[in-house]
Amino acid sequence: MISFNLLIVVSLMYVVFLFLVAFAAERRAAQGKTSWVRSSVIYTLSLSIYCTAWTFYGAVGYAARSGLEFVTIYLGPTLVMIGWWWLVRKLVRIGRTQRLTSIADLISSRYGKSPVLGVMVTVLAIVGTTPYIALQLQSVTQSIAVFAASSDEMWLPGDLNRAAMWVAVGLAVFTVLFGTRNLDAHERHHGIVLAIAVEAVVKLCALLAVGIFVVWGIAGGVGATLELIDASAQSQWSPSPSRWIGLIFVSGAAFVCLPRMFQVLVVENSDEQSLSTASWAFPTYLMLMSLFVVPIAVVGLDLMPESANPDLFVVTVPISEGRQGLAILAFLGGFSSATSMVIVATLSLATMVSNHIIVPSWLNARTPGAVVSGDVRQVVIMSRRVSISVILALGYVYFRVSGGGTALASIGLVSFIGVVQVFPAMIGGVFWRGANRWGAGAGLIVGFSVWLWTNFLPSFGIDAVISQAVFLGGPFGIGWLRPEALFGISGTDPFVHALFWSIFLNTSAFIFVSILTFPNPLERLQGAQFVNVFDYSSGARTWLQSAAQAEDLLVMSQRILGGAEALSIFATEARSQGKTGFQPDVTPDFIGRLERELSGSVGAATAHAMIGQLTEGTIVSVDDLIAVADETAQIMEYSSRLEAKSAEANSTARALREANEKLTALSIQKDAFLSQISHELRTPMTSIRAFSDILRDEDVENVARKRFAGIIHEQSNRLTRLLDDLLDLGVLESGQVQLNIGQDILADVLDRAVIASGVNTGKLAIARRAGNETVNVHTDLDRLAQVFINLISNAAKYCANDVPKLRIIVRQFAGQTIIDFCDNGAGIPSESQSMIFEKFSRLEDEGKAGGAGLGLAICRQIMGALGGDITYLPGQGGAAFRVTLPAAQVLVLQ
Amino acid sequence: MKLPSRTEFLDRSSYRQRRFRDAARWLPIFAGVLMLLPLMWPRETPDQSQTSNGIVYLFGLWVILVVLAFVLSRVLRLSESLDGNDAPNGWGGE
Repeated sequence: MISFNLLIVVSLMYVVFLFLVAFAAERRAAQGKTSWVRSSVIYTLSLSIYCTAWTFYGAVGYAARSGLEFVTIYLGPTLVMIGWWWLVRKLVRIGRTQRLTSIADLISSRYGKSPVLGVMVTVLAIVGTTPYIALQLQSVTQSIAVFAASSDEMWLPGDLNRAAMWVAVGLAVFTVLFGTRNLDAHERHHGIVLAIAVEAVVKLCALLAVGIFVVWGIAGGVGATLELIDASAQSQWSPSPSRWIGLIFVSGAAFVCLPRMFQVLVVENSDEQSLSTASWAFPTYLMLMSLFVVPIAVVGLDLMPESANPDLFVVTVPISEGRQGLAILAFLGGFSSATSMVIVATLSLATMVSNHIIVPSWLNARTPGAVVSGDVRQVVIMSRRVSISVILALGYVYFRVSGGGTALASIGLVSFIGVVQVFPAMIGGVFWRGANRWGAGAGLIVGFSVWLWTNFLPSFGIDAVISQAVFLGGPFGIGWLRPEALFGISGTDPFVHALFWSIFLNTSAFIFVSILTFPNPLERLQGAQFVNVFDYSSGARTWLQSAAQAEDLLVMSQRILGGAEALSIFATEARSQGKTGFQPDVTPDFIGRLERELSGSVGAATAHAMIGQLTEGTIVSVDDLIAVADETAQIMEYSSRLEAKSAEANSTARALREANEKLTALSIQKDAFLSQISHELRTPMTSIRAFSDILRDEDVENVARKRFAGIIHEQSNRLTRLLDDLLDLGVLESGQVQLNIGQDILADVLDRAVIASGVNTGKLAIARRAGNETVNVHTDLDRLAQVFINLISNAAKYCANDVPKLRIIVRQFAGQTIIDFCDNGAGIPSESQSMIFEKFSRLEDEGKAGGAGLGLAICRQIMGALGGDITYLPGQGGAAFRVTLPAAQVLVLQ
Repeated sequence: MKLPSRTEFLDRSSYRQRRFRDAARWLPIFAGVLMLLPLMWPRETPDQSQTSNGIVYLFGLWVILVVLAFVLSRVLRLSESLDGNDAPNGWGGE
């Protein structure tokens, strides 16, 4: 049996080892070698402070009482980490661009650097975390007591308290030593991070070792363990859905809201690549931590007497089996879990207390010249040291007062629900630009109050703070305010009841008030920068040209950042402005940058307030914002006007280009026509002249004279027709045409046209459907027939098929009558289709037929005069023309 | 401040990268649903141990999620510049 003193020696050696590790890390960091501390592995391990003594001891107790339900506490963070692309990535990016120092700083900074919100979150965090610190002290002393009992050294209650006190003092020394060595502009603590990474490894190894011993050493393998589980009281697992969902939610939300988690997850994060690794590595860690919890619980229940505390099975099971070495390892694991949590929680709380409560109060007390004259740096460091001590003392006092009797897990859950009250303001602030500080404040107050009333105060037990009468009848006899049955809804699980009402009322107040109130300009700017953090990599301006002098700013910065760092910032800025020395021009950009540097040390609200004192409060005003917005709007309007103009110019140019092409083509056509018409006129004229010469000069036989006269007659007819066409077109174009309106059936008009066209129907087959043609038309029948004749004779002339065929299709559509003339020839090439209705136009390669290119032009003029239309139909397998008669002149025969 | 500009058509690798990001967003949603699945298990058969089944199911799910998260962390590129702009609010504007 290992003596109790050996345990103390081993523990002290372990503590010394941790101090050395932290010290070495700080030394290396001071030499600029920080890359190994910033590695993904260290980052992932530092996240393991989520697993506190509650996990290490409490999870086994939880499993012994409620079976598998304990696993929800690890499923929530697993969801958050594998879903890092949604939330954690954004938080980390915001944390870096805004130089956030804590969760209170996140809320305060997002909502217009509001000091009040910072104080509220800080108070909430202290109230929520103090019991948790007490819980860690309790677990350490309880496990020490176990060893004391096994080594037959009787402990009095006073000894336990003394042990807890020494643990608290040791933790305070460690935290002060490595947490407040310097006022780092990035609020990163290499020594502490490395120490908790080492502790993370120790606690994982310890739990795995105990688990492996239990499964293979006691139970006898995996199968045997599962059988043991089946045989145990925990074999029937029927999770309550509301608790299961509520626990997953609360643990996931607490994972990002707990001050210590925010510290390691966001503040200590140095690059997003580590986050990408942690997204799978940390869930792995959680899975390994919970892998053996149920086996240890079941074996413990099996082996240990009824009275044994299941919270301590991790230590007591190895002791009862005589494995003292394993028991000491398990003790060190629990010790690591407790201490790493307390160190980081205390440090993050101390940062919040000093940045959001002490330093602002101190500044207010010493206005106006305080910033320049006082030594802020010392004040900040001292306030942090005092805060650390006070917070640990609070934890110790809580431990003494509460007496350490309650099951560990229930304190953990109370604390979780408390810190999760920040969750709505955080999510709203990061994803919703409309969230404002009134809403956030209202949500926090409502959530905090409901949590206090329904969860925190009742957790002390009946008659401790809230009397039995109030539990049963409500305060002052108001029944619907009973702490465990708000609004008269009783019978729900107390945890689910508190979680649901606090988060629901919190979120409702947050949304409702945010919608009804207005944010100030700074809030709007910050809101845009938080929500769209991936769009704006640099900060927006929040300062205008200011009255501050570079020298004053330098003096103040030195007091916060330290001489060397402040001088280097000023020198860099001066160099980037093209100046030498340490006094750059005080531009808004520079002030904004400086404020972010300062906020890395003292928080956004304080930094803003301090700079505000020197710059005489020339913060962005609504008018400035409106001016900027107006300017932007004007530029945008001008640019859209330019765009519209340019589009207009484009379309005009396009129209002009088309017109030009048409004119050019027409001019070419016209030239061709002139030569054509000269030719057309000259051919008959030549014949007429030649034959008339013969008749005049020579004595011609009667028969021959008759023939010559016939030729002259025919040629003059041809000339007349040509001239008639030209005249006809002239009349139609001038609009002076006289219409001779009559009425007939379309079929008759078509019959007449086919006959009049003189087409040999043996040569050109004409397909018609008589049934469709019984349409009464009321128009100038002769003119309509003229159009038909033209189309039919065109088909006869130009259809280049061996078996030419013309289909005439009559259709009724929307009251109009449509007559299509489709042949089966080569059709008209698409580039010529737009030209064929122009006068003088004719297809170049089809010059064989006698027309002068006027037929279709006349048709179009006629149809226009009749109120109808004639168009070319492409894609019909040949040349196809559509004649459309208007509705008014059509009457369908009944 | 530049106005967010969006590219409608991306080359193959950028397109693939965007789909990986969608996968990273979907993964926790599927995981959450699967974690709630045991709530729907039948509870009427007392002869079968739900706890050992639960252990096997939940830890199996955990391993699968870790593997998927691992694969995603390998293929996701963190730089924003691959396609001009990531969509500002969650689902890409594509």
